[in-house]
Formats: sequence, structure tokens, C-alpha cells
Amino acid sequence: MVEMGHFALVLALVLSLVQSLVPLYGAHKGDARLMAVGGPVTVTGFAMIGLSFTVLTIAYVQSDFSLVNVWENSHSLKPMIYKFTGTWGNHEGSMLLWVLILSFFGALVAAFGGNLPATLKANVLAVQGWIGTAFLLFILITSNPFARLVPAPIEGKDLNPILQDIGLAVHPPLLYLGYVGFSVCFSFAVAALIEGRIDAAWARWVRPWTLAAWVFLTGGISMGSYWAYYELGWGGFWFWDPVENASFMPWLAGTALLHSAIVMEKRSALKIWTLLLAILTFSLSLLGTFLVRSGVLTSVHAFASDPSRGVFILGILTVFIGGSLALFALRASSLTAGGIFHPISREGALVLNNLFLTTATATVLIGTLYPLVVEALFGEKISVGEPFFNLTFGPLMLPLLALVPFGPLLAWKRGDVAAVAQRLMFAFGAALLVVLVTFLFIDGASVFAALGSGLAAWLVLGALTDLALKAGIGNVAPKVALRRFLGLPRSVFGTALAHLGLGLTLLGIVGVLSFEKEAILVMKPGQVLEISSHRLRFEGLQPVRGPNFTEDQGRFSLLSPAGQPFAEIMSAKRFYPVRQMPTTEAGIKTIGLSQLYVSLGDETTDGSGSVVVRVWWKPLVTLIWGGTLVMMAGGFVSLMDRRLRVGAPAKRKATDKKPSPVAT
Amino acid sequence: MTRKQKRLSVIAGALVFLGAATALTFYALGQKASYFYMPADLQAATLEPGQRIRLGGLVENGSIVRGQGTEVAFGVTDSEETVKVRYTGILPDLFREGQGVITEGTFGADGVFVADSVLAKHDENYMPKEVADSLKEKGVWQETTQ
Repeated sequence: MVEMGHFALVLALVLSLVQSLVPLYGAHKGDARLMAVGGPVTVTGFAMIGLSFTVLTIAYVQSDFSLVNVWENSHSLKPMIYKFTGTWGNHEGSMLLWVLILSFFGALVAAFGGNLPATLKANVLAVQGWIGTAFLLFILITSNPFARLVPAPIEGKDLNPILQDIGLAVHPPLLYLGYVGFSVCFSFAVAALIEGRIDAAWARWVRPWTLAAWVFLTGGISMGSYWAYYELGWGGFWFWDPVENASFMPWLAGTALLHSAIVMEKRSALKIWTLLLAILTFSLSLLGTFLVRSGVLTSVHAFASDPSRGVFILGILTVFIGGSLALFALRASSLTAGGIFHPISREGALVLNNLFLTTATATVLIGTLYPLVVEALFGEKISVGEPFFNLTFGPLMLPLLALVPFGPLLAWKRGDVAAVAQRLMFAFGAALLVVLVTFLFIDGASVFAALGSGLAAWLVLGALTDLALKAGIGNVAPKVALRRFLGLPRSVFGTALAHLGLGLTLLGIVGVLSFEKEAILVMKPGQVLEISSHRLRFEGLQPVRGPNFTEDQGRFSLLSPAGQPFAEIMSAKRFYPVRQMPTTEAGIKTIGLSQLYVSLGDETTDGSGSVVVRVWWKPLVTLIWGGTLVMMAGGFVSLMDRRLRVGAPAKRKATDKKPSPVAT
Repeated sequence: MTRKQKRLSVIAGALVFLGAATALTFYALGQKASYFYMPADLQAATLEPGQRIRLGGLVENGSIVRGQGTEVAFGVTDSEETVKVRYTGILPDLFREGQGVITEGTFGADGVFVADSVLAKHDENYMPKEVADSLKEKGVWQETTQ
């Protein structure tokens, strides 16, 4: 059984080699039969990797400890759901998931790319094949999940307890669907460079893939952030940890790509730049994979560090990034430049968006790599954290956010800022009102809080204004306006939703950063803590035995003004005996959009049953992740746009509906 | 303005923007990057008062003293020198005597290091990389691979 999975993986490598070479040669020679090889080979390769992944999953579910990988990361007493998700909770398994998703995207191009020009399709599949070959080699040579252990131990070493969580079940597959989804954009870019031809239709083919990848990456990052928030017990939502930055950089670049592809599609301008962005976005995904998987960084993601792995991925990184950029340098000049436009226009606004986003990407890149470079060159150990990013990333984002509502309202080719400003008067006035109200009427509101809330309101209202104006609300009869509103292209809704979601996320961040209340204290059973008008009573500690852990559960009651308990919060200190590892299980109670977050510290030694407790009141915190859900919804709606469904890529809507059989 | 002049002014604008961003980034790197020290490195180091650093090492055996409420004091050692650290808050789950830690903060006037964050480990095998490297150089600690 296990050997079958191993064998399927080797077969996939062979198929991937065929996929890399035959369609490419066929496209070069103009041989339709050779080009046609690409599709079936890609789909079969996907099936093989899928089989391999299924076998590994079964080994996990059945606790087959004759596999080194299962023995090191699983335990027979682990709850079934985590046995299943533990398949990708380790280095080898997660790399297998990576290539599975890569081949999945390849298969989607093969299956739904029937309307692509034959040579373009052949070249795209070949480039996907190169990436697949490199990573399959990486898995088989340095990270084989099917390595056997003789004799097989009776019991496994268990999965790192903080990974035994539902967040982990969802975060990696989503993140990889995003990361790896950008490989399709990369393949399209390299294929265009190989052919030396690129036009607006190219952008129309690439945009849905970019959108789909972006939606998943947004979800993956958001899920990872929420997981860190509740599982690590510190109550922070973003730490500027290099590992987080590794996923944030492709997101920023991908967001830029999403916007520049619009210009290319509509106005056939910015062609070369869009091509470069497509290459850079996936390069950053590869860099992220390297940072996280190589063990250069110590984090929860670095399951084991083995120098040969780092060197191997670095090799892949060099070949793909170096190769594609060299190809770009050689061929970009042969591509024709596109249309011209006035700086003040929709195109101009999107260029500005790209300028800000790519510069922001660069600052994050520098902040992430600088400590590694300094250590490699001078042996000095430094860390670059939040203060650095607040000083660089922050100032870049603020003007960008302030400009967002202008973009969708500007006309193509030549816009009129004054006219747009006039249309945004209402949103601006309302945002100003939010600033004043926040500053004057909310206790302890800083200037930052007031301006931040105002900016968030500006984004939300700006997005709504855009919709209202396009539907003609106020200018035409309500009935006509409603009909126009419903008839608006989905991409207009998509844009508005995404920008609105951005505003909501910003509001959540401002809410937490400015109005968070924190209390650290020793609580005796029965003691009541008052925090931000909520009264929390500590009821006591009680030991509980779980399937593969023991825990001390701290029970807390929320009291009504009359002193009656109306809700309960459980917070626990867990201990996983197999790994000898304690974890903190935060108790979280959502009240409206805000949350009360209770985290337990150590029990005091005086025997009174008192315990150190850390309680946060986190106002509007759920909006941080809620906003990203709205952004994702915007991406989905935009994917459904007629423009992307009808015409050249007729069946492309399949990309947004993918059920991702591996993810669930 | 001719088309060429327009284009040049746009490019100049972009360059000014990029220049400002670059300058800001390097300024921030100079100001905001915090250096890592082991206790024995501190004598050679020249620290400005109030400069934030990261101090790493092992939690000295028998040094953990819990004070009022959530105050805690402990020693961070690299087996040559020991620095006393004060911290208020909840310690990370895997904070134990003899384990590697990284604390971040500033030196107080009394020579005690006042930490505002004590770095958590994610895994029982994991020694913060900086600490592990430095200890290995000193030959105090070896990686135990299973």
C-alpha cells in the first residue's frame, strides 16, 4: 500500500518530465500531436500525486508507524480529525500537498484551457511541468514521506500540540492554493516570453487565475492570523514574523498584479510590467516556500532543519527566479509597448496603486531578509520587528488607502480629479464626521484612533459611493436605479466589496490597537474583574482529562449588571504528555463584533487555587478577519463576471468553483 | 508640456517617491533593528541608555523568583556571565529552568534588564536559533538529535 504511494510519486516525476519537454518541443516545431501530449500527461500526473497523497493520508489515519514520517508526527490516541489533518502538519506531507496543488492547477489549465491558442497552452503546461519536476525531485531526494522504519515502533511521537487545531486543518491548504495558484500566472508569463507575443487576451486569460489565487491566499493568511491569535495565547493578530511576511509578500505583489492586469486587459497598456509582476509574484511565493521550508527561520513551520533541503530549495529558487528574469531581460524588448494614457486617469491610479504596493512589498522583503543577510555576512544577530514595519510599511499604506476610493471613479484614459472629488464629497464629509465623533466622544481616543476610524469609514463609504454612482441612485427614478444596480457588471461589485472589506479590516485593526484594554492579575476563585464595563468572575480551576492531554480548566462567568452569570468562558492550560509540552487554550467570548479574551498563566504556589490571569477586551477585533472574508467575497464575485465567463475563456469559471478535494 | 516632458515628470515623481521610500527604509533599519546579545557579550558591547536589545541565554537554575502578582525575576546565563532579568506578565508555556529564552527590553538604571517580552518557544525541541548558535560556539550545549 505505502509502496504504491511511493511508486505513484516516482511515476508522477516521470510524467512531469514528459510534460516539461514534449509540449515545449511540439510548440517549437509546430507539431500539434506533440503539443496535445501536454493535457493528458498533466491530468494523469495530477491523478498520480493525488493517489500518493491519499496513500499518505491513509497511513496517517491508520497510524501506520512503520513510516518514519507518521511515527514522528502522529500518535494513536490523537483525535481522528488531527490524524487526518496531520498529513500536512509536517515538512514532508506539506511538500506533498504543495505539489498536489501545483499539479491540480496544471490539470485545471489542461482541462479548461481548450480555448487557449495551442502553442500557448502547450508552453504553459510545460512551464508548470518544470516547476513540478523540480519539487517532485526535491521531495523524492530530500523529503520522502514514504521512508520506512524497521522495526516499526508501537507508538508515535505525536504532533506538535499547537498544530492539533482546526485552524491548522484549513490554513495550509488555503495558503498553498494561493501560493501555488500564482504558478499559473508565472507559467503564462514565461510562456508569453517564450513565444515573444503578448496581448490583451493574455491578460484576460491570466486574470481569473490571479483572482482565484489571490482569494485563496487572502483566506490562508487570514486563517493563519486567526490561528495565531487564539492558539498562541498572546492575543496578537499579526507579529511581523518572517514567516508571516513570507506569505504577505506574494499577497502584496499579487494584489498589484490583479490591478495591473486590469489595465492590460482594458487598455492593453502596462504589458511588460504586468508580465514582470506575474514573475515576481510567484518568485516571492517560491521565496516564501524557501524561507519557511528550509529551516533558515525557526518557527512553528520549521519542522526539522536539514541543510540539504535548504540548499536544494535555494537551487530551485535560483534557477526559476534567475532563469525567468533572464528570459524577461532577453525577450521583454521584443514585446510591443501598449497604449498611452494621461497620468490622471484610471490607468494612472492603477499605476500609483502598483507603485505603492510594490514598494511596500520591497520594504517587507528588506525587513525580512536583512537579518539573514547581516548574519551571513557579518555574523551579527539582529532582529527586525514591528517598529521597523510601523515606520516603513505604515507610511506607505496610509496614502494608498486614502487614494483607494478615487481609483474606481476615475475615467479611463483621461480623468477629472475635481469631478471625482465632488462625487466623493458625501463620503468625505461622513468620514470627517467619524473622525470628529471618535475624537470627541470616545474616551481615550488618540489622534491615530480618530484618523484611523475616519480612514476606514472613507474606504467603506467610498466603495458604496462607487456602487451608488454607477447605478445612478439619486439621479434617476428609484426603479430605474434598482434595475441598473442589479445590472452592474459583477466585477464592479467585486471591486466595491474588496475595497469595503479592506476598510472593515482596517477598522478592526484600529479598534484593537487603540481601544484594547488589558488586565494581568492574580485571581482567587470567586474574585470579580471589571474590564471595559464587563464583569468577569473566576469560578475556579478543575482538572480534566482529554484524549491525548490533560488540562487545568479555568472557568469564568460573565456577570450581568445585577450580578447574575449569563455566559461562561473556559480557558485552559493543557499538557501533552507525549511531547512533554504545555499549551495555553485561550477562552474567547464574542460580544457583538468585539471579543473578551482570557488566557491562563501559572497557578500560584500558595495552595489557594489562585491563578495568574491575563484578560483582554478586544474591541471590533472580529472585523479584522471579517473584512478579509468580504475581500474574498469580492474576489469570488469578480470571478463570476460575464467578461471572464463569456468569450475567449468560456469555461474558466471553473477556477472559482474548485471544490479543492484535497483541502477538506 | 510636451508628451516627453510629461513622461519625464511622471518618471521623476516616481523616482522621488522611491528615493524617499528607500531613505526611510534604511533609516528605519538603522534605528529599529534590535541587536542580539548573550550575557558574556555585554561587556564588550557599548549600549546607549535605553537602547532596546534582545538578550538570550539559558534560564539559570534556581533563579526564578515570583514576586507580587505577575512580577517575575530570573537570571539569564550563558554559563560565563549571568544577567538578572525582570518581567511582568505571563511567561510563555515552555519557560523553564535550564531552557533557552530570548528576552527583549532595555537595561534599567540598577543594571537589571527589564524585559517587555519573553520569547515563546513553539516546540519542546526548539532552542531559539540565536541562543543555540551562540551556545554551540561556546561549547556549552550540543544539539540533541533524536
